[in-house]
Amino acid sequence: MSDTAFTDFQWADPFLLEQQLTDEERMVRDSARGYCDGQLMPRITEAHRHEVFDRAIMTEMGELGLFGSTLPEEYGCAGLGYVSYGLIAREVERVDSGYRSAMSVQSSLVMHPVYAYGSEEQRRRYLPKLASGEWIGCFGLTEPDAGSDPGGMKTRARTTDGGYLLNGTKTWITNAPVADILIVWAKDDEDVIRGFVLERGMDGLETPAIEGKFSLRASITGEIAMNDVFVPEANRLPQAKGLRGPFGCLSRARYGIAWGTMGAAEFCWQAARQYTLDRKQFGRPLAATQLVQKKLADMQTEIALGLQGALRAGRLMDSGDAAPEIISMMKRSNCGKALDIARTARDMHGGNGIADEYHVIRHLMNLEAVNTYEGTHDIHALILGRAQTGLQAFTG
Amino acid sequence: MKVLVPVKRVVDAYVKVRVKSDGSGVETNNIKMSMNPFDEIAVEQAVRLREAGTATEVVAVTIGPQQAQEQLRTALAMGVDRAMHIEADAGVEPLAVAKILSAVCDQESPDLVLLGKQAIDDDSNQTGQMLAALRGWPQGTSISKLEPGDGTVTVTREVDGGLESLELPMPAIATVDLRLNEPRYPKLPNIMKAKKKPIEQSTTADLGVDITPRLKQVKVEEPPARAGGVKVSSVDELIDKLRNEAKVIQ
Repeated sequence: MSDTAFTDFQWADPFLLEQQLTDEERMVRDSARGYCDGQLMPRITEAHRHEVFDRAIMTEMGELGLFGSTLPEEYGCAGLGYVSYGLIAREVERVDSGYRSAMSVQSSLVMHPVYAYGSEEQRRRYLPKLASGEWIGCFGLTEPDAGSDPGGMKTRARTTDGGYLLNGTKTWITNAPVADILIVWAKDDEDVIRGFVLERGMDGLETPAIEGKFSLRASITGEIAMNDVFVPEANRLPQAKGLRGPFGCLSRARYGIAWGTMGAAEFCWQAARQYTLDRKQFGRPLAATQLVQKKLADMQTEIALGLQGALRAGRLMDSGDAAPEIISMMKRSNCGKALDIARTARDMHGGNGIADEYHVIRHLMNLEAVNTYEGTHDIHALILGRAQTGLQAFTG
Repeated sequence: MKVLVPVKRVVDAYVKVRVKSDGSGVETNNIKMSMNPFDEIAVEQAVRLREAGTATEVVAVTIGPQQAQEQLRTALAMGVDRAMHIEADAGVEPLAVAKILSAVCDQESPDLVLLGKQAIDDDSNQTGQMLAALRGWPQGTSISKLEPGDGTVTVTREVDGGLESLELPMPAIATVDLRLNEPRYPKLPNIMKAKKKPIEQSTTADLGVDITPRLKQVKVEEPPARAGGVKVSSVDELIDKLRNEAKVIQ
């Protein structure tokens, strides 16, 4: 192989990811990018500054087909592969992790469980309206005293005539205050975790917003407070039993995060590159210094590798060969790397880096949440540790 | 009304083009390619006519390499009914393109051909006009508005000093400008549905068109780098430079 010819380096796409995509995947990416650049980017600074969630964005995303994009056409969805789903997440999060969160929740944490664990009647009742954005969904797993250990949840679903009575509180729930449909996980009389579809308007159901977040300010977060909420048997997800139910949803959402965080990281890296090329101090561009170039090289390398890992994970999901542990690996790695990149990019912007009009501080604040939610950086390390030693380190 | 929309595969508008080291053209290897933005506007207008019920069928056609089918898929995802791919190497000159399109018009008998006013790769701005001449059809170029009438279309052109309206009896040719509309982003389910829409394939030989180049490309080179300005010490020196160096005054 001594005659291997080399080609010109593409600095923004070192491994030619573009070439690894199908025509269809590129078209999906281009359509999502067109929407994100044209419609989301112009709104984000104000939305973030004033902590405003724009309901219209959910309608627009629904119209474009961004919700539940991997689910079949018969439910009003696009029927795309997981690489396309990842590419969409990358484009949306290039603008803002909050917008990507609202989309991930709708797709992976609401539509997916209805599709995977729901009856045919539930699929037909909920999926088309969730796909179009007419209805917004949320996912209630985390509780005030059950975060990394969801098995310790206190929410109960007691059997009663014709259904269940739900009691308990869920917190840090993206979309909760505006949700029409709430997927809630609760323990039944046998202490088995079950999934329920709650609908806005049920007696005893409240969804107060959590204010004062310094992260994901363009998406809305709240609690789900349930006080003897009657949920008919028809609203229980029949195929969900145990933690496997919520975990199946989370694996899909985490996969999207692995791509999404790379979008945020790419934004921060390219912004830092351009800023240091334009900004002159001591008579030369900052980018002409070794300290800056070292940082840019690190960012470029981590992003190129992170995207390749995410792409490989997507191909394995499409072929049915993905283990949940590779999702843990990519969620953990890409969140951590993106957070580091955002911090470095903030530093490279100097004082301007703290102003929202340069966007990097917003990405940095967002990524603090993204690194923590859907399995913290450390919890995913324990999953990978257990998988290679056979010893669980969560308890004892 | 049947509408034919020719589309071209070009280097994406946001790519910084580089000249090949041997000066034979610009680098297209591993470069993002897209539908010519003016053609996208033409597709959007045709699809709007279709949605309004004015057009009964919209057909997209491209002339180019195998990969140009990607741009046809985009047109199909935007809402075009069917597409035709006429395979040819890149670099077909505007006259040859116009002849091919004229042969397609013989086959398809469109009432309206909507084209981008120019392709952003070579900026020729010739194909629509040449096609009109070959067909003997009326033409409206660089239009910013299009209104269908009874057997006619009325188009608006932005000309120096105002707006010019032309009523064209159909069949007619219209080339579209930037302000005609804002093209949609194809919806994701439509991207998947577009895969099931037909693309007919043929060659320039099938259409009996000779595409042998009539122009000779001598060389492609980068524009000269902009040199920095200079300060002059007196008005006399300035006038001297304007007269003898820049040669802008006598």
